[in-house]
Amino acid sequence: MAKVTISIDGVEVKAEQGTTVMAAAASVGVKIPGLCQYDGLSTHGACRLCMVQLNGTPKPKPACATPITEGMEVHTTTPRLQEHRKVLLEMLFAEGQHVCAVCVASGACELQTLAADVGVDHVSFNPPATRQTLDLSHPYLGYDPTRCILCTRCVRACGEVEGAFTWGLAGRGREVHLITDLGTPWGESTTCTGCGKCISVCPTGAMFSRGTSVAERRPRRDLVPTLTARRDLEAARKEPS
Amino acid sequence: MSTPDLFDIAQKEAEAQGAFVSSVLCCGSTACLTSGGQAARDAIDEVVASNGLERDVRVVSTGCMGLCSRGPLVKVRRRGEDEVLYADVDGDAAREIAERHVVGGEAVEHGQLSLDHPFFARQVRVVLEHLGEHDPNRIEDYILRGGYKALERAVLEMTPEAVVDEVLKSGLRGRGGGGYPAGNKWSLLAKAPGDDKSVIANGDEGDPGAYMDRTVMEDDPHRVLEGLALCAYATGAKQGFIYVRAEYPVAVRRLEQAIRQAKRNKVLGKSIFGTAFAFDVEIRIGAGAFVCGEETALMASIMGGRGTPVLRPPYPTERGLWGNPSLIQNVETLANVPTILNRGAEWFASIGTERSRGTKVFALAGKLENTGLIEVPMGITLREIVEDIGGGVAGGRPFKAAQTGGPSGGCIPAKHLDTSMDYESLQALGSIMGSGGLIVMDDEVKMPEVARFFMQFCMDESCGKCLPCRAGTHELHELLKKVCAGEGTLPDLDRLETLCEVVRDNSLCGLGQTAPNPVLSTLHYFREEYEALVAGAAVPQASAQPGVNAQDGSA
Repeated sequence: MAKVTISIDGVEVKAEQGTTVMAAAASVGVKIPGLCQYDGLSTHGACRLCMVQLNGTPKPKPACATPITEGMEVHTTTPRLQEHRKVLLEMLFAEGQHVCAVCVASGACELQTLAADVGVDHVSFNPPATRQTLDLSHPYLGYDPTRCILCTRCVRACGEVEGAFTWGLAGRGREVHLITDLGTPWGESTTCTGCGKCISVCPTGAMFSRGTSVAERRPRRDLVPTLTARRDLEAARKEPS
Repeated sequence: MSTPDLFDIAQKEAEAQGAFVSSVLCCGSTACLTSGGQAARDAIDEVVASNGLERDVRVVSTGCMGLCSRGPLVKVRRRGEDEVLYADVDGDAAREIAERHVVGGEAVEHGQLSLDHPFFARQVRVVLEHLGEHDPNRIEDYILRGGYKALERAVLEMTPEAVVDEVLKSGLRGRGGGGYPAGNKWSLLAKAPGDDKSVIANGDEGDPGAYMDRTVMEDDPHRVLEGLALCAYATGAKQGFIYVRAEYPVAVRRLEQAIRQAKRNKVLGKSIFGTAFAFDVEIRIGAGAFVCGEETALMASIMGGRGTPVLRPPYPTERGLWGNPSLIQNVETLANVPTILNRGAEWFASIGTERSRGTKVFALAGKLENTGLIEVPMGITLREIVEDIGGGVAGGRPFKAAQTGGPSGGCIPAKHLDTSMDYESLQALGSIMGSGGLIVMDDEVKMPEVARFFMQFCMDESCGKCLPCRAGTHELHELLKKVCAGEGTLPDLDRLETLCEVVRDNSLCGLGQTAPNPVLSTLHYFREEYEALVAGAAVPQASAQPGVNAQDGSA
């Protein structure tokens, strides 16, 4: 496949045509922040934290969904982008109730890591007035909506990899929330296979194995080989030897 | 008869209508019906029946006559006499008009409205040309006025490329707000590979106070169908959809009826005008989400999914409905097409400005003497619309601002009254043409409150998929609420601007990207009103440091 040369933050990068800006950056070790993007799942493009500036134009584009083109100049951390990321992350924190000190995911939370990287040291928005209730109806898995950032990785993993289509979305605007089986409790779901893929892809502590305590949730991404396998399979299919 | 003979249908209809000595046209559009139009119609019917004049007087409920603020409107036309338009016709007035004018032959003096009135005289009607004249329930009446002639000529005499060319040459641009050249879109779809292409008419109008598309769908449904069929012929699409919001039941009913009539007359369906061109149209009813007017969300909704936008590219012309190339065009855009083909691209291009050709329908609302539905050539100044057509601000109060483009648009202040109404000029002022909502405000209106209203609308209508729109519109609304309540601080205004930028630059679809426009434009033109609101705030301005975030985390 044809190779394309682009520059990412001044560094020249060669990558295959059709590669996304995010993947091209990752190939040279530049990590563009992003919470909804997950290798092996379809592109969602909704967290808007991977926004980058291209060719000096002010309007940013999502790195996870923008394919590279020859001569593209990518800037990943301009002051403006960083400022916007900070505000966006603050909004994410204000939407839920992210208290790291009592969270199962603390220490291995993508939201926590990203916030620290970008330098979010306070949240200037008000928290929501009402608190959503936990779903602990499943015998060994749990879901805490107050820690959910609606990245829909679980929805996509459940449908695209496991094929169970247990997780879905309901409501709109600030009322959007995850549901299982059209709104029945997780434990009563007739489609859930209990595979735990949702737990493995969740970037925060919204999904966890019951019984894990503070900072004990360590998603074993290597336990979801299907995701990587699928990617390799797709690559192999694209390039028939 | 395998092919429809339009000439024959038109002739029969002309004979049937010519048999009447006089006709009474009652505005049967939604606005007039809500102000008592049905009572007027019933009274006229009763008088005509009691005088045994059913064979001499034709009473018709027509489409919107335009001047909705003076409704119900009734037009009386007697053979050999000038037509007379009556305004504010309630049941009693209708009875008097029917008895004295229709039966007695003597016009009633009061309640008359001159047809030379600038409200009518300044308009140029292309899309709305049949409204107020014909019976939207009858395909024969549409055919009598030259309906389906453009389709007949296109299908029998023109190649699809020639139709695309004509639309390209006309300079027609999307009337839904974006202003993308329609011809470009058509040629993209025409060139796209695939046998299962679709064309979609977007009738998911949702801007507060706007009802252009509803009126066109209700009162001239065949024009929409003809435009859509022409689009399908030009682009090679086989399936058409009309996406109508559920709040428009009359539009749905009229369109369904129009589709049945069109199929019966073989201008739609399997073998159109006896040729191999086949095209079918289905109606899809939206479930009441503003965001479904966004094309990718609209397609998701048609396919039965959640009405949420997806990333573009790929654009619908590459990957649309069920993965096949599709094209989405606003109802008003499509309604222009039959006339473009009938009267030629040059004629159409001669109306309007260099880059914005043709006319635009506006729903004129707010504090004006005359409000209603108007169609004006693009390039007309805002002043002409407000002062001539609108008759000036109601009660002689001073003009303050005009809001165009609904929740995605901005407010234009008095100093820009002479701006030309075209896509580029409005954008330069921080507003947009939009789909045609035009709300005029007088000096009593508080601009921060206007901004808050539109932000609340966007917050309620956000689909919740992307973070900047879902959370950003909420935070913006919270901040605006605080400012409007007089509890804001000066740094809050800077904060407001920063938040607007974050939402505008980072949102996934047009809803979020344009949601800050009402705030940004009012902040730009009416900043002193915001400052007056925060000046009396609890935090003294001297101690508030610019650049420091408003501390409302603990409030």
